[in-house]
Amino acid sequence: MKNFKKYFKAYVKELILGPSFKLIETITELIIPVLIASMIDVGVAKNDTKYIMTYGAIVIALNFVGIAVAIICQKFAAKASVGIGSSIRSDLYKKINTFSHVELDKYSTATINNRLTHDITRIQQAISMFVRLVMRAPFLLIGSIIMAMTIDLKLSLIFLVVAPLILGVVSIILKATVPLYDKTQKNLDSVSNVTRENLQGARVIRSFNKQEYEEQRFENATKKLARSSIKVSAVSSLLNPVTSTIINFAIVAVLWFGGIQVNIGGLTQGQIIAFINYLTQISTALISLANIIVAFIKAINCGKRINEVFNTKVSIKSPEGAIGVITEHPMEEKENVNEKQTPEESEFEVEFDNVSFAYSNTAKNAISNLNLKVKRGETIGIIGGTGSGKSSVIYLLPRFYDATKGTVKIKGKDVKEYNLVALRNLFGIVPQKSVLFSGTLRENMQWRKPDATDEEIFKAIKISQSEEFVKELDGKLDFKVQAGGKNFSGGQRQRLTIARALVGNPEILIMDDSASALDFQTDANLRAAIKQNTNNMTVFIVSQRVNTIRNADQIIVLEKGNVVGHGTHKELMENCEVYKEIHDSQTK
Amino acid sequence: MEDNKDKKKRENLLTQEKNIPKKERPRKAKYTEKEFRKLQKEIAKLPAPSFNNPEKAQPVQEVPKPILNDLKRNDLGYGGLEDKKQKLTDPEIIIDKPGAKLEKLHRPKKPKVLRKLFSFLKPNTIHLILCLIFSLINSVLELFIPILSGKAIDCIIGPNEVDFEKLKTIILYFSLVVVGFAFFRWLYVYMNNILSYKTDRLVRIGLFKKFNRVPLKYIDGSSHGDLQSRMINDVDEISNGFLEGMTTIFDAMVSIVLTIYVMFTIDVRISVVIIALTPLSVFVTAFIAFKSDKYFRRQAKTLGDASGMILEMLGNQRIVKSFNYEDRSIEKFEKINQNLANQSEKAMFYASLSNPFARFINGIIYAVVAIMGTLEALTGSITVGNISVLLNYANKYIRPFNEISDVFSDLQSAYASSRRVVNVLDIENEVSDENNEVLKRCTGEVEIKDVSFSYVPNKKLIEHLNVSVKKGQRIAIVGPTGCGKSTMINLLMRFYDVNSGAILVSNKEITKITRASLREKYGMVLQDTWLFNASIKDNIKYGKPNATDAEVIRAAKMAYAHDYIQTLEHGYDTIVSEGGDNLSQGQKQLICIARIMLTKPPMLILDEATSNIDTRTELLIQNAFNTMMEGRTSFVVAHRLSTIVKSDLILVMNKGNIIEQGTHQELLNKKGFYYNLYNSQFSKV
Repeated sequence: MKNFKKYFKAYVKELILGPSFKLIETITELIIPVLIASMIDVGVAKNDTKYIMTYGAIVIALNFVGIAVAIICQKFAAKASVGIGSSIRSDLYKKINTFSHVELDKYSTATINNRLTHDITRIQQAISMFVRLVMRAPFLLIGSIIMAMTIDLKLSLIFLVVAPLILGVVSIILKATVPLYDKTQKNLDSVSNVTRENLQGARVIRSFNKQEYEEQRFENATKKLARSSIKVSAVSSLLNPVTSTIINFAIVAVLWFGGIQVNIGGLTQGQIIAFINYLTQISTALISLANIIVAFIKAINCGKRINEVFNTKVSIKSPEGAIGVITEHPMEEKENVNEKQTPEESEFEVEFDNVSFAYSNTAKNAISNLNLKVKRGETIGIIGGTGSGKSSVIYLLPRFYDATKGTVKIKGKDVKEYNLVALRNLFGIVPQKSVLFSGTLRENMQWRKPDATDEEIFKAIKISQSEEFVKELDGKLDFKVQAGGKNFSGGQRQRLTIARALVGNPEILIMDDSASALDFQTDANLRAAIKQNTNNMTVFIVSQRVNTIRNADQIIVLEKGNVVGHGTHKELMENCEVYKEIHDSQTK
Repeated sequence: MEDNKDKKKRENLLTQEKNIPKKERPRKAKYTEKEFRKLQKEIAKLPAPSFNNPEKAQPVQEVPKPILNDLKRNDLGYGGLEDKKQKLTDPEIIIDKPGAKLEKLHRPKKPKVLRKLFSFLKPNTIHLILCLIFSLINSVLELFIPILSGKAIDCIIGPNEVDFEKLKTIILYFSLVVVGFAFFRWLYVYMNNILSYKTDRLVRIGLFKKFNRVPLKYIDGSSHGDLQSRMINDVDEISNGFLEGMTTIFDAMVSIVLTIYVMFTIDVRISVVIIALTPLSVFVTAFIAFKSDKYFRRQAKTLGDASGMILEMLGNQRIVKSFNYEDRSIEKFEKINQNLANQSEKAMFYASLSNPFARFINGIIYAVVAIMGTLEALTGSITVGNISVLLNYANKYIRPFNEISDVFSDLQSAYASSRRVVNVLDIENEVSDENNEVLKRCTGEVEIKDVSFSYVPNKKLIEHLNVSVKKGQRIAIVGPTGCGKSTMINLLMRFYDVNSGAILVSNKEITKITRASLREKYGMVLQDTWLFNASIKDNIKYGKPNATDAEVIRAAKMAYAHDYIQTLEHGYDTIVSEGGDNLSQGQKQLICIARIMLTKPPMLILDEATSNIDTRTELLIQNAFNTMMEGRTSFVVAHRLSTIVKSDLILVMNKGNIIEQGTHQELLNKKGFYYNLYNSQFSKV
């Protein structure tokens, strides 16, 4: 939990002052029963109106003090908890942004989102609870017992029996329900699953006329659920009756033994009332305490989950004294870049030197012993079935992953020697999934180059064959793109993601199976336009379609991570079985 | 609808925040059952072992179906906090605005919603009545507790003034009342739970049956996540809100009436003062609720923004990396985060005031009762024991008011949920086919006569389509992706009804025969494979539950699935995991084909599912398809040239219309759309 220290440190004032103010409120609450007891004992007994009025006024004044300090405390609680939560959230977001693909693979989006929102909210709540209750509940508990002791030591023994008894009963009942809840949870999962299956398979179910069978399945699932839920409730609904019975029997004990004491003059009537008051107070304090403990356990678990993210080591980082590449637009990190080390020209733009790669230590190689030399301006096609390692090859270029064996070189230098930002700036990448982001179209087009002019953007749009429909858009570049780019068709979106990658003339263009939604004519036009308009741009095209890559300067055929063919279309048709097979399956 | 959803979100947040203070309400002698239950649920949810064993508890890799899991966790409304939160961050809910469509379709009136709900209570009327009776007994007994303890105190006046005989009897009564109270309290809560779980089940079964009987357009037209959430969360919300709400209100009413009655019998003046102070409490509570409501609404909106941004950016973190966009993304997030902090600090502050203020007002009333009581005791018009009774009641009296106001927001969200559920229940079933003829023999002739169809009234799709298919013919449907090829399948299977014209199978109009008898004549393999969570064998037997193992194996062999099934550890008994993650897409498809091989229907509908399958498996599937199609009338959505060329009839579709039809050669000669498609897609460029 070391990571969290600094966040708490920033709010030390609130974290100390808040509970202190709460303490004052608690003290007033503890004093009031004593005052009322003496109103009865002294005031009524002595027939002293003035005494009653004075004490009454004090009680009311104490109430005002109580509410005033409570408000201050709540203010501190809100400030500290939200403040701490939001700084953790902000840092967590920053941390996640340093993750490379390796780390991103470990956490699903839902996991990260949960940690950023739900887990942090939990911590926030625990902090707020801490400020508001950490002093209150134990103090009420101990205070009530002490106050009871000062009234009568012997009678307060009842408290010492009752407090652990209630705590014990509460924990026994809660513990007993845990496995029952687990079972209920599982039954609910199955209800949920049957529903999901039913919705997804609506067509199949109807085509087999299995509606009644499915309904039977569902009725069974819900029956199990109802049964286990009722079982849980039989146990869990014991909690309140049992604890209240304990408290009430404690009251019986107070009345009886107190009666004996009163009879011999050891206690007064008012003191008995105060005793009963303290009894009810400790029972609520105990419940509060159980709550705090629960909240803390949860918060600690959430904290651990968050900590896990914080402690995740980022596997791919810029090396120190990295080689800079003169980029068209400066990024922050450029200051660290040692420009003198700009690499000398190499004969090859990109080289794979006996490269193997696996996604984890235990996984099979996604790529094995790949060798490839690419000259500037060449177009490379990579083809193969699903899971053949096509995309893995191109992931190694911008260092989304690092090769497990061999080296990947760009301009004659190992990619690991480059500054990451500078390295990635060399590329224009069109991902498999065509996603645009909410915002204007212009903002989307400026992803690669934040200061790109409209002219540059339009050039890219033209090459990507999107000009036609972009011109028809409302407000053209100011057109509002919805999250994901849902207000474009699949083909349009794909072309726009290509445009996005082309803005600012990247040296190397990577298209990861990114023409799949285009019809063949557009696909062909696109490739022609890229060839014409992009001087010497090196292009990597990953595809399942032979047509898309047939004109490439080099084609790599992959199967299960192994290169089973390497050459031009013509060469491969002659000497590569797999390539021929793919070709034939698509054309015959 | 938008309003409602916001409201719901807000209320979720409200309950979420209010929860904490609710539980501490310390001045109360008793905590409500609901709070107790919530607490238990919270505790139950703790990963208990993980507390001691942190490594084990932190799975790095989480289950890949986040939405489903969120839904699951929601279950039972396991204690507000986490679950309600989840609903908010559920990506589907934020991005897709689910249900919008269903709600647009129709919107039932209030009385109708309630009537429908009560119809689900009917079978459990006995439970309901018992529940109310127990609640009544329990409330009465509860009131006696302070009265008896007050009487007992009056027996203890001072030294040598303790009436032990009387005290003994009172204590005896007290003990009996206390035990009786506890017992009936338990019965009441237990009965209430039984009632709500049984009702839940009935509503859920009602929903499920509905899912199976509505025209398919409703299932297609709504987000499944949303329907599922209606099934799980909304039903929960209803029983939480309505049943618990109603019983709480009943309970509260009874205790308010009884308390006032008893107070008046003890001391009229003090009672009047207590009642006069009630509006103060109500007013302050309402004011705080109003204030915090405002900020919660804002917070909910900002939280929605933040969640949207997180999902958008983190979901596409790989693209962010590709474009060096990290810094800009952080900058954007900081802004939203700051805004969120501002809103939530205010919301949290105001919400957390409700308890201290409730305590404060209670405290004031307490003090007033004490002062008035002791002053009256001076004149002897009230006993000290009765003062303690009144003090007790002063505490108790306010509680039901607070409870009712708490329940109110639950009721509101329960109503919103009920409407979402009733919306589904109110959808009309498919046109009944009870009196239709059963299609017994099917030769495999299909006649499409002048059929027009569209999903949306003003968007024409298929118009005046005429196709005549003879027994055993193979019909290929081709066209670019998204051209509406599946529409044809929908019409043939009568998933959707034609707008005009008719489809005839073996010379019988398909609207005149039962759906079941029509559909069993087709074997259908869709692009999206569907298997359910059971063994491979059961999945193959789905269409013919009484098939023998030998038949199953034969079908699997014909589907080229036998070989790989045998290599699995448990062979045919391998359980297809939820979502079928343990099998590849191609393997699943082969099981779907085996399923059809077993039923041997006279006609086939195949949506060649090879787009995401590797070349080798594709070949297998192709062979399986070919075996299957022999001698059967088949409709094939085709991607492969070989399938198309060999077809007896090719329907060329574009943008939902069938623009050309004929044999391969005829269409080539036409030099139209098919000619171009063929040239660009299938021949060498």
